[in-house]
Amino acid sequence: MTVFLQNLINALQWGSFYALIAIGYSMVYSILMLFNFAHGDIFMTGSYIGFGVATALIALSAAGVVALPNWLILVLTILFSMVLTSFLGMFIERVGYRPLRDAPRASAAITGLMIGIILETGNLILLGAQRVKFPALVEPVTYDLGGVFVTNQKIMIVVVSLSLALALHQFIRRTKWGMAMRAMAFDYLVVPLMGVPINKIAAMTFALGSGLAAAAGILFGVAYPVLDPYMGIVFGWKAFVAAILGGRGSILGATLAGFILGFIEIFVAMVFPSTLRDFIAYSIILLILVFRPYGLFGEPYSVRLRL
Amino acid sequence: MSTPKNTQGARRRFARIRDFFGEVPLLGWLVGALAAVLAEKFVGLGLAHLVDLPRIPVLFGFENALKKPELIPGTLLYVLLIYVAPALLAGRLLQLPANRLAGFFAQRWPTASIAFHLALLYAVLHIWSDINDYRLIVVKITLIAVMLTLSLNVINGYMGEFSCSHPGFMALGAYSGSIFTVVLFTNSSMFGPALLPTAVGPYLYPLALVAGGCVAAVGALAVAIPSFRTRGDYLAIISLAFTFIVKSLIENLEIVGGPRGMRGQPDWSNLPMVFACTVICVGVINNFVRSTYGLALNAVRDNEMAADAMTINTQRTKMIAFLFSAFWAGVAGVLFAHVLRYVNPGTFGLQQLAEVLAMMYFGGLNSVYGSIVGAVSINLLSEMLRPLEIWKWIFIPLLLILVMIFRPTGLIAFRVFDPQRLIQSKEKRSS
Repeated sequence: MTVFLQNLINALQWGSFYALIAIGYSMVYSILMLFNFAHGDIFMTGSYIGFGVATALIALSAAGVVALPNWLILVLTILFSMVLTSFLGMFIERVGYRPLRDAPRASAAITGLMIGIILETGNLILLGAQRVKFPALVEPVTYDLGGVFVTNQKIMIVVVSLSLALALHQFIRRTKWGMAMRAMAFDYLVVPLMGVPINKIAAMTFALGSGLAAAAGILFGVAYPVLDPYMGIVFGWKAFVAAILGGRGSILGATLAGFILGFIEIFVAMVFPSTLRDFIAYSIILLILVFRPYGLFGEPYSVRLRL
Repeated sequence: MSTPKNTQGARRRFARIRDFFGEVPLLGWLVGALAAVLAEKFVGLGLAHLVDLPRIPVLFGFENALKKPELIPGTLLYVLLIYVAPALLAGRLLQLPANRLAGFFAQRWPTASIAFHLALLYAVLHIWSDINDYRLIVVKITLIAVMLTLSLNVINGYMGEFSCSHPGFMALGAYSGSIFTVVLFTNSSMFGPALLPTAVGPYLYPLALVAGGCVAAVGALAVAIPSFRTRGDYLAIISLAFTFIVKSLIENLEIVGGPRGMRGQPDWSNLPMVFACTVICVGVINNFVRSTYGLALNAVRDNEMAADAMTINTQRTKMIAFLFSAFWAGVAGVLFAHVLRYVNPGTFGLQQLAEVLAMMYFGGLNSVYGSIVGAVSINLLSEMLRPLEIWKWIFIPLLLILVMIFRPTGLIAFRVFDPQRLIQSKEKRSS
């Protein structure tokens, strides 16, 4: 039982990374009907930006310019990197996706893949091949709850990611901008006729998704402090799987599916040899998709293929 | 609208050059290429020393020019004298006989004419790649990439799905073909002594190719059957999951070496073999996509319901497309394994997927020409830009993004590839 609970907590942490990244995928999908395959690398870049911001703040703090406690540095790092990565996301949308809005969807997918490669390579050129270590901002404290060990990092990661997801949900449900996003997801041909600036909405969607990815990147850096330029690839593709599993364009579904994917992976590794993890995890996903071909929260749609 | 004078002049000059070479048939160009590679074979080294190059430039001199800028003039001179001049001269000078010959054969024995063209092409490749081993590897890998890209085009271009399962098919083919040859014909530490004499191996190697293709096709059922119910992104996920599953399965099969990979494949993927397979693959796929089955694929892509109403059996069409495409991907996998003589599961991951998708969409959807052009150009480019090291991975993606922005369906999309027309004489009949 304690083993189970322990793994449950690990799975919650692992799933929250997937969930945060999958939300970005899902939002872009629902608005623009395309998958942003650069998203995994935006996550990576967000993590590195976080590393840069955190290092700079620590240096400032150490030099005595401003005395900042560690928790404040972490909060500032998350905020700054989210903003910076949002700009990156908007830039990517402007150069990579906006010219292709009426093109076949596969072309946009290729652009995304290529932007991802450029981000990875750019990172390699800037920082070199050695991995960097994310500064330890949270002093790890372990709580023993009857044999189950919980660190404050894990609690923080799960709480932060859940509250970000919830905040986004509220934003989309309650605000005017969120309403515009939903309208655009519903029918992006009619919406401009109603005076909704679709380019702005699209840019905002990318900004929001990238911001969440950056948050995921920093949380990942807190939990697993070694960063490398290729860490976004696997995460990106797996979050893509989660976004589809959740149902296209469904924030709730993406969050849930992210956690489900995390659970499956952790529990498969618990029961079976860990080398079988991908095999079993993806077999389960295949089975789910065979029985629910439109994902958990998706709806069957009339095939509106733009080739 | 008025264009500036100098661009107009440049355009006119370009048009004049095009007119000048416009009547050279394919046969003429092949003879020209043959002249160029022969020139390289006989006087290449001497000329290279004459223009201060240490040795014959491997891939048109890019590796020299990018690394040592002082060699650029020599390299340019070399390329001009060895490749451009003989090819243009021989092509233009032999225009008349080449046209007559091509026209004559194209009318009498079109099949023999195609075979003759292919033989010439093979001769060019053979002589060119004979200069050093690196070229040989590049040529083989490029030809295999053509097969892969083309088979991917059947699903992604002609049928309009976004399939990510090609590395999986390739892995299935590569591993089963390797097991076939290693178990039967070689003494290996993994599988013990050879069951059959090694001498008969090269003759039975085509069987290994077919076996690899068939295994990949059987594996493709795992993607083809779900495709009856889902389309688009969900199918993309299923195919992606398929790739992950295959890779993970192989990593866990200790009998084929697990994550360490499998080595010791005999060196039977020589240039004639790879060339023959590529030619057969291009021919078969080209005929397939121009047949009623191929047209049915297009119908399913454009509107599945309408296709169904037009009495197309959509399930059967999808099944055929997937199995057919996977078969060729598997064959390419077997060849690939026997070129490198080492495979490991890591080869068939997301990197491979990105590469083959990039080649296909760069070349163009729904087009055999496009796939050939895409595979050859991306492959050669990535080899030629190798001296740029890491910057290569900035340039190639940028190029692809630009192509996608300005030609969203790829360079040469929706073009029919008709070998019969290709071999015609180009002489303009003045009547």
